[in-house]
Amino acid sequence: MGFFGQLFVMAVSAIFIQNFVLAKFLGLCPYLGVSKKLDSAFGMGMAVIFVMTVASAFTFLIDKYLLVANGLEYLRTLAFILTIAALVQFVEMVIQKNAPALYKSLGVYLPLITTNCAVLGVAILNVTPLPDGSTYNFLWATLNGFLSGVGFTFVLLAMAGIRERLELVDMPKSMRGFASGLILAGTMALAFYGFMGLKI
Amino acid sequence: MSFFKELTKGIIKENPTFVIVLGMCPTLATTTSVKNAIGMGIAATFVLICSNIMISLIKNITPDKIRIPVYVVVIAAFVSVVDMAMAAYLPDLHKSLGLFIPLIVVNCIILGRAEAFANKNNVLNSMADGIGMGLGFTLSLSVVATIRELLGNGTWLDMRILPQSYNPMLIAILAPGAFFTLGFLMAAINMLKEKR
Repeated sequence: MGFFGQLFVMAVSAIFIQNFVLAKFLGLCPYLGVSKKLDSAFGMGMAVIFVMTVASAFTFLIDKYLLVANGLEYLRTLAFILTIAALVQFVEMVIQKNAPALYKSLGVYLPLITTNCAVLGVAILNVTPLPDGSTYNFLWATLNGFLSGVGFTFVLLAMAGIRERLELVDMPKSMRGFASGLILAGTMALAFYGFMGLKI
Repeated sequence: MSFFKELTKGIIKENPTFVIVLGMCPTLATTTSVKNAIGMGIAATFVLICSNIMISLIKNITPDKIRIPVYVVVIAAFVSVVDMAMAAYLPDLHKSLGLFIPLIVVNCIILGRAEAFANKNNVLNSMADGIGMGLGFTLSLSVVATIRELLGNGTWLDMRILPQSYNPMLIAILAPGAFFTLGFLMAAINMLKEKR
């Protein structure tokens, strides 16, 4: 299988089969919290894709040349979360300066990318051996970060699109908000379960 | 008196999962069985108590501007302790919780309590808050896991409850079942709140 063949397999797997939100339960807070409006969901998604890609690259290099090389694997969690926190701070400053409107609509959720478990999750998964014992190299780790971010944004946008219409629906008061959001997510997860049958 | 108030509020009145709605990822991912849920709950409770005590102790010497990174470092240190202790003494549980042990670092409940409570209160009350919130978290995980394990496997804590002839509703322990269970539980709680 050539490079593009492998890339295609990874993309389909990260976006549809092993989707971060619906199959791995990572990044649920922003998925349920920032999915009420399509444009803020889009901004959040783009920020997450960027942070996940860059974080994958940085944490992979830090793990390989700083932690494993010196036998400090037990500091992994600590080193990774600090790297991610610094990166998010940087992204926040850039968006605040260049796109104040976007910054305003993302509000509290931008600093919360630090505590988005999808980011730390992909960083840890990248350095964990795969089921067949092999590990990713730098290029594939970064691509995995990027594609997982795309998968996250994909379902976030789908969710926001549905929820915008759901606003107009007359439903029982007790079902509003998180309850209906979760049931909607369950329905989506059920739909995505169909992709498990894909043989690639 | 206030010690007990702080201790008990996390269990029902300010339950972190159902009332404050934080820490969704572990609530959905680790509730496939009651055993996993209790393991996750205890690990998070330990981190919550230790980090609350620590942060309350150092709150006066922490510069306000860098307090969040400081909290994260404190929490990450305790998570590493739990991670290594669990790998050594409970390897099976460690394996089935997997990724979600290091991910306790980014559990919003822990950072949330550090910022909202431990940062402003004394050590004793912070400890009580940590214990209460931890118990509340463990309790709500167990409730979700009980429903899922019972429907999906017919068992509770690996003990058979429903008769052998029960045809397990597999979806309950798969990913969609987690969302449905929590969604309907939350709707039920909202309904109870409205009635009152």
